[in-house]
Amino acid sequence: MTPEPGTEIGIQVDNLNAWFGKTQALQDISMNVAAKHATAIIGPSGCGKSTFVRCLNRMHETVRDARVTGRVRIGELEVYNGTPAVYVRRHVGMVFQKANPFPTMSIYDNVAAGLRLNGFSDRRKLDEIVENSLKMAVLWDEIKGDLRKKSGASLSGGQQQRLCIARALAVEPQVLLMDEPCSALDPISSGKIEDLIFQLKEHYTIVIVTHNMQQAARVAEYTGFFLLGRLIEFDKTEKIFTTPSEKRTEDYITGRFG
Amino acid sequence: MTGPKPVAGPQLAGQTSWASAIRLKDAGGQLADTVFYALVLFCALAILAVVGLVLYELVSKSQLSWHAFGFKFFLGQNWDPVNDQFGALPFIYGTVVSSLLALVLAVPLAIGVAVFTTEMSPRWLRGPLAFTTELLAAIPSVIYGLWAIFVLVPLLRQYVQPWLARYLGWTGLFEGPPYGIGMLAAGIILAIMIIPIISSITREVMTAVSQQQREGVLALGATRWEMIRMGVLRNARAGIMGGVILGLGRALGETMAVTMVIGNRPEIARSLFAPGYTMASVIANEFSEATGDLYLSALIEVGLALFLVTMVVNILAQLLVWSVTRGAPARTHA
Amino acid sequence: MPEDPINASSKAVPQINLRRRLVNAAVTFAAVGAVILVLTPLVAIFGYLVYRGVGSVNWAFLTQTPKPVGEAGGGMANAIAGSAFILLLASLIGVPFGIGAGIYLAEYGRNRFGDAIRFTADVLNGVPSIVIGIVAYGIVVLTQGHFSALAGGVALSLMMIPTISRTTEEMLLLVPNSLREASYGLGISRWRTTLSITLRTATSGVITGVMLAFARVAGETAPLLFTAFGNQYWNYRIDQPTAALPLQIFTYAISPFDEWHRQAWAGALVLIVLIVVSVSAVRIAASRGMLKGAN
Repeated sequence: MTPEPGTEIGIQVDNLNAWFGKTQALQDISMNVAAKHATAIIGPSGCGKSTFVRCLNRMHETVRDARVTGRVRIGELEVYNGTPAVYVRRHVGMVFQKANPFPTMSIYDNVAAGLRLNGFSDRRKLDEIVENSLKMAVLWDEIKGDLRKKSGASLSGGQQQRLCIARALAVEPQVLLMDEPCSALDPISSGKIEDLIFQLKEHYTIVIVTHNMQQAARVAEYTGFFLLGRLIEFDKTEKIFTTPSEKRTEDYITGRFG
Repeated sequence: MTGPKPVAGPQLAGQTSWASAIRLKDAGGQLADTVFYALVLFCALAILAVVGLVLYELVSKSQLSWHAFGFKFFLGQNWDPVNDQFGALPFIYGTVVSSLLALVLAVPLAIGVAVFTTEMSPRWLRGPLAFTTELLAAIPSVIYGLWAIFVLVPLLRQYVQPWLARYLGWTGLFEGPPYGIGMLAAGIILAIMIIPIISSITREVMTAVSQQQREGVLALGATRWEMIRMGVLRNARAGIMGGVILGLGRALGETMAVTMVIGNRPEIARSLFAPGYTMASVIANEFSEATGDLYLSALIEVGLALFLVTMVVNILAQLLVWSVTRGAPARTHA
Repeated sequence: MPEDPINASSKAVPQINLRRRLVNAAVTFAAVGAVILVLTPLVAIFGYLVYRGVGSVNWAFLTQTPKPVGEAGGGMANAIAGSAFILLLASLIGVPFGIGAGIYLAEYGRNRFGDAIRFTADVLNGVPSIVIGIVAYGIVVLTQGHFSALAGGVALSLMMIPTISRTTEEMLLLVPNSLREASYGLGISRWRTTLSITLRTATSGVITGVMLAFARVAGETAPLLFTAFGNQYWNYRIDQPTAALPLQIFTYAISPFDEWHRQAWAGALVLIVLIVVSVSAVRIAASRGMLKGAN
């Protein structure tokens, strides 16, 4: 369950457990996510994949009665154990299942939100960052004329999601977490986002939750299979999808359940 | 395309300049969150404090009167400031009778309007009807009073009261000279004022009844009225009761319009033509001219009684309404 | 010969059907009657206000202060200004506390303690306005030693707080949680999220709530009777008795002078126009605001 030698470790998870009140959602998860690669998290509904990813940027604890034990490190940063949650979240970007641009803000303001609301105000730098982020999210050409005129919510679904990606990238995270980013999108928009992930991989560590196995196979070098709150198998994507070690993995891949 | 410079491996050192700038501003976050929480909590606690203050003011400043008269204060009929004698029974009587009269007149009308609006009216009419009923609620009390003095009262004096005396005088409720002002006028104007609230709550609980209930009764071959009676009103009963009691609460505390037409005489009489006095009215009329601590304390004691009565009535009403609508907060407002 | 069930029963039914249909029709008739009876006073009041008031609302009325008793002319300018002054004071106190309480209840108060606050706010809402007047008298007038605009403002603010708190809470709860999450995901702190994202999205609804509370207290007379007390002249001082439009209407209406009655109608017309304008503006803003704030 370790990436190939020579690959840097981006995220290190040791014995992660998570609860919603009394219900345990994650049991004893340990894995090493490779830096600047894409890692896919697959598994049937309710297996804990979203919860896992939300533990990486401490979003899990925003829910009432949520609890986490274990150790997570992003590079040298201890995600738990004394670090303020807000600090962690500034280093980890998140893209959600349903695009959630801020409806009262323009496209420009949406992308700039993470910087502005954290105290950054240099106007020229902001312009530069917004443009770069939108370019990286492959949205710049489509909306460059309407930057300040159109609201974030007036774009199409696929564009909104790319806007959210640009917004997340603008704060220069180390890691980008994507929780089923394409599940609400049509195939063409999905394809665009997958292309985007290919490009982003060069600069960011990406963890993508997906219930679409073909997507995982296309996009990620490594894949982790979750079932009922446990990490069943974690290996190179190629291996998971052709010669999985666990029978349960094989059953899921071949569609016997899920 | 120039993207941001690639980050150097797993360490978080050596970031691009603007990124490190925002990282450094972390320390304030925690403290600011706590301060913000404290501020809004303070505002919320202020509400508790205000109600506490209301109770404190009323109780402490009525002590003088309470010690002087005890329970007899609420049973005595003699309100004589000159001789420092204070009995509040006439006001209690006036408040209760005017409010009950208002309910008797308002409830059938309010429910009728609600039934029409929710079940009978064509769809395009519903919005305007609801809006106009709510417009009635927006009219200030003093304007109701103004209209009552110059339009309602002459109408009562010239037409309605003689008619009532002639045909219903045998009941004993319509005796005495037709002044126009008096309990009847107060009851009528109060009724007009509380119709909107009873109607809007009735509408709300009626629409909360599920469509399946209605369809179930219709499928049995009921006429529209029977469907309304058995499928809707029966289920919404508790809520409608709540609306009615809420209207009662409103009527009990109503001041200006009543003061302007009730006659302001602290007497108990059987006839609805007679002038009367309510708890709110006596405070409104006499408070700023009250000479002497006992007088003022007596008035405040009346205020305390009024506060307690309306509070109990309103709580009861809220509980009833809540039981039907399950306390759903997302209500469309006026 | 076997009984034809369908035709046989249709012979027995018409009797019941007719009675039930008559009842149904009678109820419909009664309901329509109720609507007419209820709308009549509304039309009558508005109509009469215009009829009696419109002739007297002139420039003099809107710019002059009352003339001494017995003299014709004069106006309610000081009362209009005084109302504005008192309402401003009331808003300065009531709006921050109301919105603050609403934020608390929506973002931090989803628990038993929050329920207690909501309940108490409802109790406060139901307190008769004359009793609020007594309380404001006790805390402000007795402390200052005289009637004042501040006392009137405090009294009205106590009535605004529960209403504003409730509407603010409702509007904030309408903001989808996904927006808060997006903000947290960017590393934005909680207080910043609440103000710059949540409250900002709910702004139009919150303003609607504030305006509604404002319109409600604008017409209140009882709490001002022994707090602001009224004044024949202009007053800009916070610690002096001040005229207010509803107060002036009341005083004139119950007086024995025809001249004052005439002015009472004019004042009532001005007051109702101001209130209807704010309520309608609120409706228009709400219908447009809803489309803007939501997705």
